[in-house]
Amino acid sequence: MADSIYTSWGRYPQIRQQGIPLQWRSDPLPTALPDTDRLLPYGNGRSYGDVCLNRGGTVLDTRQLDHIISFDPETGVLRCESGMLLADVLRLVVPMDWLLPVSPGTRFATIGGALANDVHGKNHHRAGTFGCHVRSFELIRSDGSRRVCTPTENSELFSATIGGLGLTGLVTWVELQLRRIDGPMLHEESIKFANLDEFFQLSDASDEGFEYTVAWVDCVSRDDALGRGFFARANHVPARASVSASAYPGSAGFNLPFTPPLSLVNRWSLKAFNTLYYSRQQQNRVVRNVHYQGFFYPLDSIGSWNRIYGPKGMLQYQCALPGADGREVMREMLRTIALAGNGSFLAVLKIFGDKPSPGMLSFPRPGVTLALDFPNQPDVFRLLDRLDDMTRSVGGAVYPAKDARMSSESFRSYFPGWKEFSHYIDPGFSSSFWRRVGGEVL
Amino acid sequence: MKQIMIIGATSAIAQSVARLFATRRASMFLVARNPERLAVVADDLRARGAAAVHCFAADLAEHDRHTEILDAAWANLPAMDIVLVAHGILPDQSQCQASVSDTMHALDVNFLSVVSLLTPLANRFEANKHGTLAVISSVAGDRGRQSNYVYGAAKSGLDAFLQGLRNRLSKAGVHVVTVKPGFVATPMTAHLPQQGPLWAQPDDVAEGIVKAIDKQKDVVYLPGFWALIMLIIRLIPERIFKRLSL
Repeated sequence: MADSIYTSWGRYPQIRQQGIPLQWRSDPLPTALPDTDRLLPYGNGRSYGDVCLNRGGTVLDTRQLDHIISFDPETGVLRCESGMLLADVLRLVVPMDWLLPVSPGTRFATIGGALANDVHGKNHHRAGTFGCHVRSFELIRSDGSRRVCTPTENSELFSATIGGLGLTGLVTWVELQLRRIDGPMLHEESIKFANLDEFFQLSDASDEGFEYTVAWVDCVSRDDALGRGFFARANHVPARASVSASAYPGSAGFNLPFTPPLSLVNRWSLKAFNTLYYSRQQQNRVVRNVHYQGFFYPLDSIGSWNRIYGPKGMLQYQCALPGADGREVMREMLRTIALAGNGSFLAVLKIFGDKPSPGMLSFPRPGVTLALDFPNQPDVFRLLDRLDDMTRSVGGAVYPAKDARMSSESFRSYFPGWKEFSHYIDPGFSSSFWRRVGGEVL
Repeated sequence: MKQIMIIGATSAIAQSVARLFATRRASMFLVARNPERLAVVADDLRARGAAAVHCFAADLAEHDRHTEILDAAWANLPAMDIVLVAHGILPDQSQCQASVSDTMHALDVNFLSVVSLLTPLANRFEANKHGTLAVISSVAGDRGRQSNYVYGAAKSGLDAFLQGLRNRLSKAGVHVVTVKPGFVATPMTAHLPQQGPLWAQPDDVAEGIVKAIDKQKDVVYLPGFWALIMLIIRLIPERIFKRLSL
């Protein structure tokens, strides 16, 4: 199938959907295109699976809703339209010593997408999710009403819309509290760990003293080396002493110009990559100052990296496993993935903190989280179902923003609030994801 | 810090250009029809660093208001450096063929209203012996084609007008830039598929416009490959061209 403009990042499932570009936040909500029934806001297509897809429906293309409404450099309160890219926010605010309070793994998501998926970042153990920093937003419903939602005003819609996957209506603008910084540089320590136990020890010892923590895990190694990898922990460089706020030096700007006919990610390339990646750092501990963009968004320097998985696309899997049981199940999960031998170049491990999100359907919960992608091959679905069984066995959850295949039963067990949430869904809105997991339950 | 007037300021390309000038701390005078949208653009530019943003809501089809617009612009920005004329409509060719009034309206907005603005603008800049007039034309003006010749005729007339103006004003040190974008993914072209290698984003075209203003280019095709495409299209003999379906 030819490329549609409106795809998801995993390029699976591949569907054609029509979009209506939105120009002005003051315009009324458009009606769905002929032969389609319901609407779904679409940002920059950085969610992986089908939360941004609306097969048989119409998507509202918000990329041109990218106006700043106000920014106060004294207080760090930003109000901007929902289609603005995180990258554009950063370009504006970082020179004035402000930073996004929470950054996902890409800066090419929109503000609206960050809100609708209630994204998290490497500082989750301190800052919670993106939604924790949202002060207010405006929601247009299909009945034509416009509501400003805050934690106290229209508070149910506020809570349903944060992490609400675009189903509660169209968010036109968001007001956000940014985080004060002294400059764009971070002080990073990269520490090699030999197995999963060492990861847990390092993470437990680091979360107190470091604002950002994350680990890259070799998902091919087994036995004693199961769960080996690098632990990265970082804090902001306090004074702007040594480094000037120059442009990000390491942005290669390489773009994968076409989709290879086959996935370049396979058993052999994985083994080679993971071994090389683990061996690249000889010392056990490397300390350096890094630009925030390289630290937060390492994959953004390769444009369209998702094409590496070939025309059939990929599936991401991110789960959160709570408690001590979760740590044991994580070991089992990594073993299962290593045996299957078809995981991603890099898997990511992190310990989530316990700061609650206002979002009704928010994914993060205290415990360990694992994220990795898989080329779309027939046996991958069975593997992911097994991982789901493990996740369910400890009361964990899978991240909707990255999902294209979880069962309705799994979703309902992961998100017990789904039924309450469904009351706040706008009857004029729907998505492929919701029809798959939520069903029509009103 | 530059003083810039942008006519048709709520168009996608004009907004992208204005944002680039905002980061340079320029002062701006914006003209567009819808006051609500104009305010949205103005707030955005202020937040992005514009030193000052003044707005004037007017329908540019009302030629008798043009003097009033320019007076207000110069009252706010007396040391005007740059004027960008960016307003225009893409008419439906088949509707124009069926309706004289649609055709006349398209010629009016895309050609006559621009001439009505450029004539006094040129005189002001000529008297000051300073300034840049940047006007958005189109590759469509390079050759009349059956699918788009009303729009093309307006832009072609505009091109000739700008050539003459450039010739005249060069003696006063005033610079005239003719901007010829190809396919740009904007609301004006939203009814077209907007996909494929020929389509450009407004931000890319805007960068080309600012560069052309900075470097005092005379005529720019944006993106640059359109210069080659249009060269080939212009070279096709009319005897053959008339049989093509372009």
